[in-house]
Amino acid sequence: MEFADFYPLSLIIFLPAVGALLIAVIPGLDSGGVKRIAAFFTFCSFALSLAMFCLFDRSSSAYQFVESVSWIPQININYHIGVDGLSMPLVILTTLLGFLSVFVSWRIELRPKEYFAWLLILESSILGVFCSLDLLLFFLFWEVEVIPMYFLISIWGGGRRAYSAIKYVIYTMFGGAMMLAGILTLYATTGTFDMTVLAGTDFADLVAVIPLAAIFWLLITAFLIKLPVFPLHTWLPDAHTDAPTAVSVMLAGSLLKMGGYGMIRICVTVFPDVARDYAHLLVILAVIGILYGAAVTIKQTDLKRLIAYSSVSHMGYVLLGVFALSDLSITGACLQMFSHGMVTGLLFAMVGLVYDKTHTRSIPELGGLARQMPIIVAVFSVAGLASLGLPGTSGFAAEFIVFLGSFTSTAVAGIKIYTLLGALAIVVTAGYILWMLERVFYREPKPKYDGVPDANKLEMAYIFTFVAVIMLVGIYPRILTDVIDSWLPTMPLP
Amino acid sequence: MAEIPEYAVWLIFLLPVFSFAFISFVIRPFFNKKAELAGYLTIACIATSLLFALWTLYSVLQTHEHQLDFHAHEWLVVGSHQISLGIMVDSLTAIMLLVVSFCSLMIQIYSQGYMHGDPGYCRYYAAMSLFTASMLGLVMAGNLIQLYVFWELVGLCSYLLIGFWFHRPSAAAAAKKAFLVTRLGDFGLLAGLLYLYFKTGTVDIGELHTMAIAGGIAASTLTLAAIGIFAGAVGKSAQFPLHVWLPDAMEGPTPVSALIHSSTMVTAGVFLVARTFPIFVGSETALTVVACIGGFTAIFAASMALVATDIKRVLAYCTVSQLGYMMLGLGAAGLVLAEEGHATLELAKVATAVGIFHLFTHAFSKALLFLGSGSVNHATGTFDMRLMGGLRKHMPWTYLTFLVGSICIAGVWPLACFWSKDEILVKAFELSDARVILFYLGLITAFMTAFYMFRAVFMTFHGEYRGGASAAGHGHGSHGHGDVHLHESPPVMIAPMLLLFCLAIGAGLVNVTGWFDRFFGGHHVVGWDHLVRIFTASENNNVALISSIVALAAIGLAYAIYKAKRISAESMGRTFRPLYTVFYRKYWMDELYERIFVVRVLLNGLFRVFQAFDTYIVDGLVNGVAGGTVMAGRLIRNAETGRLQTYALVMFAGILIIIGLVYWLT
Repeated sequence: MEFADFYPLSLIIFLPAVGALLIAVIPGLDSGGVKRIAAFFTFCSFALSLAMFCLFDRSSSAYQFVESVSWIPQININYHIGVDGLSMPLVILTTLLGFLSVFVSWRIELRPKEYFAWLLILESSILGVFCSLDLLLFFLFWEVEVIPMYFLISIWGGGRRAYSAIKYVIYTMFGGAMMLAGILTLYATTGTFDMTVLAGTDFADLVAVIPLAAIFWLLITAFLIKLPVFPLHTWLPDAHTDAPTAVSVMLAGSLLKMGGYGMIRICVTVFPDVARDYAHLLVILAVIGILYGAAVTIKQTDLKRLIAYSSVSHMGYVLLGVFALSDLSITGACLQMFSHGMVTGLLFAMVGLVYDKTHTRSIPELGGLARQMPIIVAVFSVAGLASLGLPGTSGFAAEFIVFLGSFTSTAVAGIKIYTLLGALAIVVTAGYILWMLERVFYREPKPKYDGVPDANKLEMAYIFTFVAVIMLVGIYPRILTDVIDSWLPTMPLP
Repeated sequence: MAEIPEYAVWLIFLLPVFSFAFISFVIRPFFNKKAELAGYLTIACIATSLLFALWTLYSVLQTHEHQLDFHAHEWLVVGSHQISLGIMVDSLTAIMLLVVSFCSLMIQIYSQGYMHGDPGYCRYYAAMSLFTASMLGLVMAGNLIQLYVFWELVGLCSYLLIGFWFHRPSAAAAAKKAFLVTRLGDFGLLAGLLYLYFKTGTVDIGELHTMAIAGGIAASTLTLAAIGIFAGAVGKSAQFPLHVWLPDAMEGPTPVSALIHSSTMVTAGVFLVARTFPIFVGSETALTVVACIGGFTAIFAASMALVATDIKRVLAYCTVSQLGYMMLGLGAAGLVLAEEGHATLELAKVATAVGIFHLFTHAFSKALLFLGSGSVNHATGTFDMRLMGGLRKHMPWTYLTFLVGSICIAGVWPLACFWSKDEILVKAFELSDARVILFYLGLITAFMTAFYMFRAVFMTFHGEYRGGASAAGHGHGSHGHGDVHLHESPPVMIAPMLLLFCLAIGAGLVNVTGWFDRFFGGHHVVGWDHLVRIFTASENNNVALISSIVALAAIGLAYAIYKAKRISAESMGRTFRPLYTVFYRKYWMDELYERIFVVRVLLNGLFRVFQAFDTYIVDGLVNGVAGGTVMAGRLIRNAETGRLQTYALVMFAGILIIIGLVYWLT
């Protein structure tokens, strides 16, 4: 029996969901048991995806570990999944974050059964999005993800959690509706939901039910909201700030990447010509997002909100890389998605730790913590430095490749100026990160925080895992770029 | 001895990396009680690096081209793009490796005494190891991306070390300032790098050299790229207008300042210009910018050093000024070369020797001076020269070394800096048309340098002791060495100072016969009699004589004011009150940058507007749409009263309206 004969991809996707089911149905389970089950199933999913990552054929641009079962044959909908160089890094990112977020949630004692069940379902739905090769299946997973998010934010969140949760839902549903319309018109035009077929479609021979550009914009609206892109970003700071820590980790780390992934997988791959037509506009939006996001970030006084806003700026690099439309820039965008997932995931985890110990997230109230929590400050600093793109961390490798790829791209007029404008954000980013570190950790220690504990063993274990991955990718980015690179030949680039 | 193998060159950089990693991940977590291990390990690693650096120098000397060739290793391949990892070892690298590892070693040994008992001892040595490693990695980088990586890491380490005593708000702010100001310059470097890559398709330094000299790159490209690269150098080497971070950087422990100011960090900018010099040679505009910024910074920083009362601040401005000299030397030598026309790669490399020679001699004397100021602080608990005085009697060794360091920086024959400064002035004198004004700027700076250095010497070591930190009430600038009593520093601090002392005296001799130039590829040979003949030799236009007289005159003036008290410093200050205020307030540039630009324009201006826009317009619109929907729902709900009478009434009204409409329309 080969590895592929065990339906490994289905296992990776559904193992967390099976864990959720078990948690829900096993009677009399205490909170420790719930956490152990959650840890076990997310670990299995992660281990399998790691094995898949190792076995992944880096010389092939085709989908691998493909499974295809006819599901609704009348309209040709299939349970069709597989991974390639684009989705593989995101799958392993999601399983890793899913596993780590169980430990990030270790202190949850409020209704733990429901909490962990929803958390695991969330992971399954995200994985489903990254692995689906059928548009309707893709849409299904995309929409399922809203349900656990709604409950996780509105029950276990803080602040204006009801408002934030509903805002998140409405935004996502709005995007989802547009996407469904896009998918259906695309089906009406081409007669297929199969993404592998759609990728090579020559629209010249087809009669589109509505203009192709309209289908493109219907689809990309959902992705632009998810990424998020200015001016569709305001759901993000609210949702992040009010979500429980582990959900912020998943949201920033993995969920946002659905936007970037969808853009590349569907919008750029299926409509390369339309993408080229609108690349200029989207690149401008990216640069606005990068600079504007950074400028707004610097003004935040809530630690978590600050990190949340930094995502708006950092995901701008993804959009820039994608619509600079060169092989190097798209590789950079993919790497940035992974890197941002780890780095911002870690930043949210660290904010969670600081909040756990000090019971505040208000930056002016904090201060001088470096003496009281040396390990937390060390790891927080590493995460911050990775966020500002310091060499040796994944942030640098990703941003640098995006800059190099965008600057040398020939697909968009004026891309050099846009890239340089975007690169200017490295100064502002350094500004908000270092200023935040200074206000929270440096200066005189405050007596009221004397005796607050530093990270415990379990916390150290998961934060050091983050750090190790961030540095591994930073020092040897080929570990991912070789995988990403294997898929690039299929990209219809100018 | 055989030629050094590639792995041994890598080890020069990897050994301090190892000591950093070992201290951070093994000693600090598990053996924190034996913190002294961290110091020993760092010293051992850097000493070994120094040995390998010497071997590298020897190997480079053995080769005809003064260059070792190693092939690059593949690091990142994406599509058609390839970024490699390689080392470039030529005369420039060999000299830099030597200077960095030697100065760092001396400073690490000194720190054994200076940092003794500090709770952050391990962290200190870990950061110092990484700092040294980054700088060593920077100087041997084979391509610009690799160089940029280490460039940023050097910036990180300076951040960690300047902010070493992070509980002090001033240290935390200074660390942040250093990182941000240099990063502003880094943006220029990044832009230049991207542009070069776009135009040439390579970032390999060797290939770029050849292409730039052979005319393979358009002149406009060279100018833009060179200006971008120079922006990076301006940030790191603290040149005007990005010099503001360096004086504040003295918030770090004094040995850190010694390392930053002598060989690591600030010299990176000068090194970068020298490393990419063939690109500059192709653009007269860029060279003029380099020379002018350098010449201006030299005199600009010297003016602020004249009135500084903090001994480290005097030294800091002195560094900025001397770095300006180096830039002036590079720019002037390049311009002279460009005017002669037909520049070759070899000539371009020789031209860098002028600036790098000053870097070389300055490194030893500046490290010496900073270590001296640390030693003084160790005894008095303060850096304020107004509270010192008379230390000559109590600290004879510190006095001797500091004095010699000052004489050296002042440019007095035959000490190290005299030789290098003279070469720069000669080059500046050779400039044509209006640019020769740079020579006069340099000469005035030489006067100012000698003056403020001896002002510092007299204020610190002569006269009566004015009480040190205890006189200031509490330890201003001290880091808590407890009760202050005047004493000479321990041998572990004095010994490295003495070694540096020897180099501050003798390092200049390597170019008396033109050896240093020849090492960079020159052919000029002169005899040892040049040692004296420099004052009579006609080819250098008596620059040596003039600059010596200038330096001695300045020392004499300082003596008259601060030692003999023939002229009162206070009355001088009153006479030149406006000028004094301008210098003392640092031309208000900190206020301009921090209070006006950062706080008023950005934080409370632009960024605040963005924040308000985000909250009230973008999000306001979103909530407005949602609110509008709810409002509309509420309004319409009012119609649904559930009372049949109302419905009947509305229905009746509707029918009436329809009938009316139909009647009216027909």
